[in-house]
Formats: sequence, C-alpha cells, structure tokens
Amino acid sequence: MLDKIAQDREGKQFILCEDGYMITLSTNQTDAKEIISYLKKQQFNILTDLSAIDYPDRPKRFEIIYNLLNIYDNKRIIVKFSVADGKDVATITDLFNAAIWYEREVWDMFGVYFVDNPDLRRILTDYGFEGHPLRKDFPLTGFKEVHYDENQQKVIYAPVKLAQDFRNFDFLSPWEGPNYPLPGDEKAEKKS
Amino acid sequence: MGMKIEHTLGVVEEELSNRGFVIAKMDELVNWARTGSLWPMTFGLACCAVEMMQAAASRYDLDRLGLVFRPSPRQSDVMIVAGTLTNKMAPALRKVYDQMAEPRYVISMGSCANGGGYYHYSYAVVRGCDRVVPVDVYVPGCPPTAEGLLYGIMQLQKKIKRTGVIKR
Repeated sequence: MLDKIAQDREGKQFILCEDGYMITLSTNQTDAKEIISYLKKQQFNILTDLSAIDYPDRPKRFEIIYNLLNIYDNKRIIVKFSVADGKDVATITDLFNAAIWYEREVWDMFGVYFVDNPDLRRILTDYGFEGHPLRKDFPLTGFKEVHYDENQQKVIYAPVKLAQDFRNFDFLSPWEGPNYPLPGDEKAEKKS
Repeated sequence: MGMKIEHTLGVVEEELSNRGFVIAKMDELVNWARTGSLWPMTFGLACCAVEMMQAAASRYDLDRLGLVFRPSPRQSDVMIVAGTLTNKMAPALRKVYDQMAEPRYVISMGSCANGGGYYHYSYAVVRGCDRVVPVDVYVPGCPPTAEGLLYGIMQLQKKIKRTGVIKR
C-alpha cells in the first residue's frame, strides 16, 4: 500500500485498495501534510475527524490521526503519524477549515501544539484548567473541584476531596467462568 | 385532593353570594398563590432536560399545575437543575440562581445533579449541584421519568405549603 501511494505521488493515477474497508496510511510528521494535501486534491476533500491517541510507553508518545472521506467513491483514508511530547505539529487549517476546532480539541485534551492554528485555545475544559485530561497519566478525578463559598459569595476552586474512594468494580461475568474463586466459593475450590 | 378543592370552591362561592367577600388566612392564601404558579427557570443541562420537556408537553402537562417555563431568572420561582453540572457551568448556574427573586426554590433532577451520578469521579463534573446552590427537592433517577419529576414538583408544593411563610 505504501509503495502504491509513493508511486502516486510521482504523478501516476491514484488507485484505491478495493478489498479493505478502510485504508490506513502510517507516515511521518514531515510528510503528513504533503500527503493530506495530495489526498485532498484526489477528491478526499472532507476531513471527518482529527484526533490523537496517547501511548505513554512509546518515545514518540502521541499518534495524530486524520480521517479523510471521499464522497465520490465512498472511500475513507486514515492518515496517522507519531509525535513526541512537547513537539510542535504543523496545522492543516489552511487545507481544511474544519481542522480549527479539531486541533483545539487535541490541544486541549492531549497538549499537542499546532503551529499556525489561528485560534488555538482550549475548547472543552474549564477556563483556567490545568493539564490535559486525555493523557494516560492524568488522574481521573483531576486536581481541582468547585463549590460555592458563602463568605466570598462566589464559586471557588479547591483541591479534590473525595467523600468516597474510587472503586474498581469486578465486571467479569460469573457465567463465563472466571479463573479465580468467586467470593464465598473459596472452600469449594479447596475440596476439589 | 380534588374533593377538597371542590369543597373549598363551594364554600368560597357560597360566602361570595351571601356576603360578597371571603375571609381567608393570609399565609394560606400566599402559599396557595406560590404553589399554584411555580414558574420554573429553564435550566436543562443534559438528557434529563428531555424528560423535563416530556413533563412539560401535552401528556403530563405541567401547565395545569401552573408551571410555565420562563426564559429569564427574574421571572422564575423554581430552578430545575436537569442534568450534569460541569465545573465550567457552575459559576453560570450560581449566577442564574442569584438573579432569581425570593422566594426561590431548587429542584435537583437526576443522579448527576444529585451527586455527580455516573460522572462522580470525573475531572470536569461538580459532585452534586448542592455544592453550588441550596436544593429543596432531589428527584432520583437516570434520568427520572416525567412522572418522577412531576412527583418531585408536587413534593415541592407540599413543602412550600408546610414551611412557606411570608418571610423566608
């Protein structure tokens, strides 16, 4: 597949893989924008989604993912590349206006900075929010919580204080045969 | 309830035809007026709002209880917090509550507004809207049915009748 695309970029006709449902195109950061620009010219002119995944174990921690749609042939292409924490990514807002808010969302949730995005603010989280919640090392309950303060007559922020600790529920179905004794069944396990 | 109202209306009619005026206790009259025209602030935040709309629509018809949804806090008596209250929304909710005229009441509708519900451990959600505004009635459910909300509203009316005085 990669060879095919490489050939196409030299000016040959664009060929789609007919057997698969979707085509994934893993590339690197420097080539990504050129490839997206090329795909846009090849009638993949709708950006359906732009998102990221956090892989904390990898040296290049974030994977940026572009979903492109060709409505003429009903084909979709996924373009993705990895980027390290703290590294800048080139914006594609000059190609797709839809990317402005998507890039804001990725910036908000993962802290990936998009250079030349015209309006790179946080989009979902609270004003003055600290941290990037979809990073795997972000604690679920965050750091701050709000409550109304009677003395100051306003809603204020305070460090999170949980009345009840987070509970890990065991969602394994007993009908599927878990590989440990069920609560109350310990003696039965010993007998056999 | 219906029998009682009919009886009261009969007595009032008789008094009016006999003497031309009616004597009633002031606090009861005020409570009757308050419970009969609880105008709610439209404050739908999430899916509970859909259930709130159901309660307002023709089947359960909140209008017959005198509940008319208002778009302005200045005209409202009760705020139905219907849905997940996020940190970002909390100051706005408080501001709207502060803008409401006394006497004002709050109905917390659904698990999220009651105590965070499904999002209790989330980094973005207030763990219960009673951290931001004082709540009169909690309606449980995820989301509560329209009947559930209706029952909550009737409980609030009961509470107003029980505790309501002119000075709050």
